Order: sequence, then C-alpha cells, then structure tokens
Amino acid sequence: MELTTFWFIVIAFLWVGYLFLEGFDLGVGMLMKLFARDERERRVLLNTIGPVWDGNEVWLITAGAMTFAAFPFWYAALFSALYLPLTLVLLGLIFRAVSIEYRGKRDNDRWRNRWDWAMALGSFVSAFGVGAALALTSTGLPLNENGDRVGGAFAWLTPWAVLGGLAVVGFALVHACAFLMLKTDGEIRARARRAVVRWLPVGVLPLAVWAIGVQFTSGELMSLIPLAVAVVALVVAWVMAYRGREALSFAALGAFLLFGAVSIFAAMYPVVLPSSLDAAWNLTIENASSSPYTLKVMTWVSVFGLPVVLLYQGWTYWVFRKRVTAESIPAVHKVKVQ
Amino acid sequence: MEALDIARWQFGITTVYHFLMVPLTIGLGLVVAALQTAWVRTGKEEYLRLTKFWGKLFLINFIMGVATGLVQEFQFGMAWSEYSRFVGDVFGAPLALESLLAFFTESVFLGLWIFGWNRLPKKLHLATIWLATGASALSAYFILAANSWMQHPVGVELVDGRAVMTDIWAVLTNNTLLVAFPHTITGAFAVAGGFLLGISWYHLWKRRRDGIDTVDENGRVIVGEDAAIGRDKTDHAVWIKALRIGAAVAVVAFAGTAITGDLQGKLMFEQQPMKMAAAEAACHNGTSFSILSVGDVGARNCDDVKTLIEVPGVLSFLANGDFNTPVDGVNTLIPEYQEKYGTHLPDDPMYGEQAGQEIDYLPVMAVTYWGFRIMIGFGGIAAMAAAVALWVTRKGTVPQSKGLMRLAVFGILAPFGANSAGWIFTEMGRQPFVVVPNPSFTGIDNVFMFTAAAVSPGVSKAELLFSVISFTVIYLALLVVEVGLLAKYVRGGVPSAMPELVPGNGHGGDGSDGPDGTAGDGKPGGRKSDDVLDFAY
Ligand code: HDD
Ligand code: HEM
Ligand code: HEM
Repeated sequence: MELTTFWFIVIAFLWVGYLFLEGFDLGVGMLMKLFARDERERRVLLNTIGPVWDGNEVWLITAGAMTFAAFPFWYAALFSALYLPLTLVLLGLIFRAVSIEYRGKRDNDRWRNRWDWAMALGSFVSAFGVGAALALTSTGLPLNENGDRVGGAFAWLTPWAVLGGLAVVGFALVHACAFLMLKTDGEIRARARRAVVRWLPVGVLPLAVWAIGVQFTSGELMSLIPLAVAVVALVVAWVMAYRGREALSFAALGAFLLFGAVSIFAAMYPVVLPSSLDAAWNLTIENASSSPYTLKVMTWVSVFGLPVVLLYQGWTYWVFRKRVTAESIPAVHKVKVQ
Repeated sequence: MEALDIARWQFGITTVYHFLMVPLTIGLGLVVAALQTAWVRTGKEEYLRLTKFWGKLFLINFIMGVATGLVQEFQFGMAWSEYSRFVGDVFGAPLALESLLAFFTESVFLGLWIFGWNRLPKKLHLATIWLATGASALSAYFILAANSWMQHPVGVELVDGRAVMTDIWAVLTNNTLLVAFPHTITGAFAVAGGFLLGISWYHLWKRRRDGIDTVDENGRVIVGEDAAIGRDKTDHAVWIKALRIGAAVAVVAFAGTAITGDLQGKLMFEQQPMKMAAAEAACHNGTSFSILSVGDVGARNCDDVKTLIEVPGVLSFLANGDFNTPVDGVNTLIPEYQEKYGTHLPDDPMYGEQAGQEIDYLPVMAVTYWGFRIMIGFGGIAAMAAAVALWVTRKGTVPQSKGLMRLAVFGILAPFGANSAGWIFTEMGRQPFVVVPNPSFTGIDNVFMFTAAAVSPGVSKAELLFSVISFTVIYLALLVVEVGLLAKYVRGGVPSAMPELVPGNGHGGDGSDGPDGTAGDGKPGGRKSDDVLDFAY
C-alpha cells in the first residue's frame, strides 16, 4: 500500500476513534441539562466520564497534529477555511474542560448551575462544530488554487455544515444514553435505556442522511457496502436496547459509527478536501501530503505508538468498569478557611 | 492594524497565557510525584497530606493548561496556514509525536491517578503519577523541539520552496533544543519552588498568628496543637517540610537556569547574532555587558541609546566564553543581513500589505533588552529570597511578621514573570523571521521565512479580531476563577483536599446531596460511599 493511502486510513481511524470516545462524553455533557434531574444525578453523570474524558479528547488533538504532520496542506486549508467554527469549537472545549474540573469546587448552587450550562453548551457547540468541519471535509469548501478560502468568513455555512453539525450532536446524545445505561445503575440506567429506544431513530438520522448524501456525490461500490453494514448495525443497536441487552446495543451503535464513517471516507478517497470551485484544485492524498521520508518516520512511530495507546486506554476502562450509582457519590464537602 | 499584527497578538497572548499554567504543571507535578513516593516508602502521614494538598492545587492548575493548550494546537492551521504549508513537513512531526507519545500518557494516567486513590494498589497508583508527570516533561521536549527548529532549522532542505525533512534525528537532537529543554525545565522548577515556599510560609505564619506554634528563647519552634480540624502537630510538619523543599528547589532551579542559560547565550551568539545584539541594545561591536542603558532602547536606530553602567568583558564571556571577543553590534549586523536576505520584501501577494516594503532586521529592542533582564532579574531575586528563607526557617518556623508573609506570597509571582519574559524575549527577538536563518558558522542558511509571509491569506481581519477578543476576555475571566479557587483551597489547608480529616464529613450532614444518612465516624471505609470520589469531583 502507498504510504499516503495508509495515512489517509490512519487519519480516518483517528476521527472515528475521536467520535466514538468523545462522542459519549460530549453527549453526557449535553445531558447534564437534558437528562439529569437533580444534583445527585448530575454528579453521577459527571463521574461516569470523569476518569476518561481527557484521554478521549486527546484523540482530537492527535487527529489534528497527525493531519499537520502527514497532510500539511489539508491541515492548513481546512483549519484556516473554517476559522470561525473552529474558534467556537475551541471556546466550547475550553468551557467544557474547565467546568468538569471546577463545578464541584465550590458548594454553591448558582456556581454549579453556571458550570452545568457551560458544560452543556460547550459540549453542544464543540460537537456541532466538529461535525460541520467533518461534513465539509467530505463535501467541499470554496478553495482557490492555493487552498485558501474565498467568499468571506461565512463561506463555509452551507446545508452540509448544518447537517454535519446535527449529525454529531444527535449521535453524541444517543451514544451518551447508551453509555449511561452501561455505566450506571438503578433508576438512571432504566431511564437511559428507555431514552435510547425512543430517541435512537431520530438522533442518528442526520448522520445517516450525510452518509447517504455523500454516496450521491462521490460514492462507489466500495463505499456502499460499509453503508449497508452500518444500517444493519443500527437496527441491531435499536433492537438490543429494546431487549435490554445493553452491552450489545452499545457495541452495535459503535459499529454503526465505524461503518458509517468508513463509507464516508471511502467515498471521498483519494480526495481529502474537495474544492467546490474547481475540481482541479481538490486536495488529494497526493498533492496534500508530506514527503515520503516524513511519512515513513510517522508510520514507524504510529505503528508502535498507537497500539500501546489503545492498550493502556482500554485498560482504564477496565479499571473503572464499576457502575456509578447515586450511592457511590459522596456528599459535597465544604472547604473552610483555617 | 493589519491581519498580521492581530494574528501575532493572538499568538503571543494565548501562548504566554498557556505558559503561565505549563511551568507550574511540570514543576509541581514532579514534586507531587516525589512526595507520594516518600509516602509510599515511609508510610508517614505527613507525606500523604503533602501529596493530597499539593496534588489538589496541581489539578486546579492542570486543567487550565489543557484547555489553553488546545488553542495552541489549532492555531497554526487556523491563523498561520502559509507557515503550516511551508514547515508542515518537518514541524508537524514533533507535534504529532507530542500528542501520540506524551498527551495520551499524560491525560490517561492522570485520570487513573485522580480516580485511583484506594482503588489501585498503592505502588501502581504511584506509578500513574510518575507516568503522567513524566509525560508532561516529555511533551515539553517535543514542543521545544518544534520551537527550537524555528530558531535553528536543522535536518531539512529546501524543495520547491518548502522545508522538507531529511533527518528526524537531527530535529530531535538540535543543539538549540538540548539547551532550551533543561533551561525550560529548570525554569519550571523555579516556579514550583516559589509556589511551595509562599503558600507554606502563609500557613506557618497563620499557625503562629493563632498561637498554635510558639518559639522558645533560642528561637526554636515549639509545635502546638489546636482542637480545630487538621491543625495538629503533623500539620506543622507538613508546612515546614513543604517550605524547605520549596526553597531548596527554587535555589537549585535557579542555578540550573543560570548554567543552561549561559549555554543558550553562546548558541544564540552563533545562531542568531541579531537577537544577541538586540538583547544588549549593543549598537557597536564590543565586549561589555550593559547593566543599565538609557535613552530610547526601543528606537529603531541606535543614535539614542546611552549605556550608563557596563561590565567589561562579560558580554564577550556570555557569547564566547572569554573576555575579549568583540560581539557584533547592530550597526555591523544590519548591512550583513541586508546583503544576505535583501533590503525589501518581495513584491508578492503572500506578503500581504507588507509586500515590497523595506525589511527591518532589528527586533524591538526595548522588549529584547528588558525581557532578558527581567528574566534574569526576577529569577535571581526569587532565588535569593529562597536562600534567605532557608536560613530564616532553620529553627522550624517563620517569623510573626505579616509583612514578610505577604512578601513570600507575593514572591510566588516572580518566577512566573521570569518565564514569561524569557519567552517574550526569545520569540520577539527572532523577528522579522518566523523561521530564522542562521547566517554564520552552523545551520542551514536557505531555509527561513519572514513572519509577514506566514499568516493565513484567506482569513479576514474581522475573524481574527473576533477570536483574539474572545480568547482574551475568556482567558482573563478564567484566570480570575482559577486564582480564586487556588486561594480558596490554599486557605482551607490540608482538609480542603482531604475531607476524610474532617470528622463527620461526607455523611450527608449538609443535606444538599448527601446520599447516605449513615452517621460516620470520619474513618475512611466507615461509610457506604465510594470514598475514591472524594478526591475527584
Ligand atoms: C515547555 C513546555 C510547553 C510548551 C512550550 C508548550 N506546552 Fe502545551 N502543554 C505542556 C507543555 C508545554 C504541558 C505541561 O504538557 C501541558 C500543560 C498542562 C497539560 O495538560 O499539559 C500542556 C498542554 C497542552 C495541550 C493539552 C494536552 C491535553 O489535553 O492533555 C496541548 C494541545 C498543547 N499543550 C499544545 C501546545 C502547543 C501547540 C504549544 C506551542 C505553541 C505548546 N503547547 C507550548
Ligand atoms: C513550540 C513552541 C512554540 C512555537 C512553535 C511558537 C511559534 C510561534 C509563532 C508561529 C508565532 C507567530 C509569529 C510571530 O509573531 O513571530 C509566535 C509568536 C509568539 N510566541 Fe511563540 N511559539 C512557541 C512557544 C511559545 C511560548 C511557550 C511562548 C511564551 C509563553 C511564546 C511566545 C510568543 C510570543 C510572545 C509571540 C509574539 C511575538 C511577536 O508578536 O512578535 N511562544 N510563536
Ligand atoms: C542567569 C540566568 C539566566 C540566563 C543567562 C538565561 C539565558 C537565556 C537565554 C540566552 C535565552 C534565550 C534563548 C534563545 O532565544 O535562543 C533564555 C530563554 C528563556 N529563559 Fe532564561 N536565562 C536565565 C535565567 C532564567 C530564569 C531564572 C528563568 C525562569 C524562571 C528563565 C526562563 C527562560 C525561558 C522560559 C526562556 C525561553 C525558552 C527557551 O528559549 O529556553 N531564564 N534564557
């Protein structure tokens, strides 16, 4: 296999990993305002993602940095063209990160409530922005010959951007409910399962529309097969949730994401970022990539590095496999001036 | 203001802000790991308390480092797309290595550490903090590799107008990096040392103020106890240990920065002679180090600068290790640069509004001159104060003076100031280049880039203005929040990080969300809840 193709797959893998992992913790962030009913439930939600969210977010950083290293022209064009949405993503992620750590650090309802909003809105904005960015990557931006955006600050704001944004938000919400039914117990667990059964068809709709839409613009047989698998996985996820087979349902939802994304990326290949102005200006794995030497170095590093990351990150999920329940939440403790 | 200036302000503001959190994370993290090691080895209660208390402050700070680091990672592509295209082949690699090898380890193992108390076996739990903080230091290595490459490009050749990597090993063993890394790490320890010192001083002072600790006629401490929570004899041991560790760290760290800084100066003389001259406001060739120059050192020409106090030979020593090598001054260097890299920027649209304009090779001298002196000065003052503190506290406590206590707390800021000044000097001293050519002796001379060409051509002024304003406002607000929280947890003392020290804590006493009505006796394990979560959220 050409190294450029290999790197296209690595980048796709990193994005899927990011959406799979941070998908549920972005969702849980939003659910702080949509699902949790009282303070104790909010703390249960928070503590299901507590030990793992930061590691999940590094998938985004890695996806960005690996794109920089392997496809600098893709990185430069995409990030500068999407200046505004990415600024909002960053602001969202800042608020989210800080709220997770700080919300419990003062025993005061107003304080907590503010950080809950910061977390919910921050998660929403960043999920939406990442979705928009990915959708535009697959469908194109008005780029000139040099890979610079033309048409002003809002040139990216198309129906595709909105669809992509909704796709990630919707998926994250459903995925988070599925995660909660795995990670909690008692009343919350039952409620989360009911939410999956009820909302799954709605939540994944935009993602499905996006995946199918891309097939119309650039699809081929290779990308239709994974799409079909994704649809099957979706049905399985729904049925299993209905039957109370929580782990299977969660896994099937993950499979839906994986195959849905594979179908999108396969349809794009070998273009990494189409120019909507002139197909001759498309960025492809060939004209956007680094030199063979750099790709070789990065390949060696990733071939050894990524499996190790997967191993120890998997291990954390094992360590924290115990369900979090209202009983495991200690009372707020007051910090008094000595 | 043009887009270029806004982009530069944005990069400067966000990085300097990121680097307020970074040195504390690196320095304090390693200190916490060492303290926990002492606890695992000796089993002494005071080390457990030290670990938890400083660990809590570490976490409050850590999260801001994460939040602001994200912005840094995205910014190259967003605001500096031409730069990213030019250097991506070589510059992206260390960034990617950083996230894959350092950030994953850092965040995953820190999660394990926070939530792993009482859940992981003791030694394994200890290993997690070492892995997390070791990865912080590793991340510093990689990011400094990227930065050092901008100061001194190595392992590349120019292909079709782009820097293309030919040797990753050269990039990772750049001699600029090999001295910048220890300099930055020791600078981080200077911050951590001052932080430990100031806060422990405050607590020891409060114990004296409240009459818990007193001194005998020889000035030796008589440790007392108070009925109040957490103010027992161990509490005294906690603070005096932290104070003396902090002071010692601060002194040693400064010595480290001085040694490594000296090496950096010698490299700078070779690699970036203009930065060296600007750091000295040295117009003419000479050997003297200026302690004080007056006049308009910010002036873009040299006529106005008068040197008042100078030490013969020192500049030469800084640059070359002897006392009589004349160091080239600005007036000699400018014509050399003009001859090599031109007098005017090319008339090419990639230079934006600056296309065709005259190139000013002299960095803003006021910044380089004072930046260099503030770095050394603040660092030196903090180290001297730490040495004095070691002496003053040799009998086991601090004086009753409120003024001294305030000074110690205020002194926490000095090493932060030194670090910011060091970076501002380094980064602004390389202007007008974003990737600096290395005119003399070593390095590659044809791989360079003017800052004016680096900014994203497609991004509008309005967008940049929007982002720089939002980042600045939000960063300021968050700084207030962070400092407020740090102050609160500092005032709370050890029990703020160890609720288990407070009898009856965590047992639903406040009714707001106490899950279990079980009356507790304050002992861990004596209650239903998962007390591991006590340390977390
Ligand atoms: C000398 C050290 C140093 C320097 C010069 C920088 N950083 Fe940094 N950075 C760290 C040392 C560090 C750290 C100590 O590793 C941090 C601080 C808190 C943390 O979580 O890790 C960090 C966090 C951090 C994060 C979040 C990691 C996470 O989520 O765990 C990112 C994405 C960056 N940084 C990126 C950058 C970039 C792109 C920089 C260049 C402009 C930069 N940092 C300068
Ligand atoms: C790997 C690490 C770093 C890289 C790659 C980097 C890169 C850059 C870039 C691309 C710019 C904009 C171009 C320019 O104005 O010169 C810049 C400017 C700047 N950076 Fe860095 N930087 C790094 C670390 C830091 C750190 C840690 C600090 C300080 C905390 C810092 C302080 C500054 C400042 C103050 C400016 C503004 C300079 C000016 O306006 O002239 N940099 N840096
Ligand atoms: C005698 C003491 C010191 C000397 C001679 C010295 C020297 C230097 C030099 C020459 C540079 C510029 C490197 C370049 O641009 O290539 C530098 C940068 C820097 N200094 Fe210092 N320094 C001293 C003390 C300190 C102290 C006390 C701190 C912090 C507590 C500090 C923090 C920094 C930082 C953060 C940088 C920028 C990063 C880097 O290039 O490594 N320095 N120092």
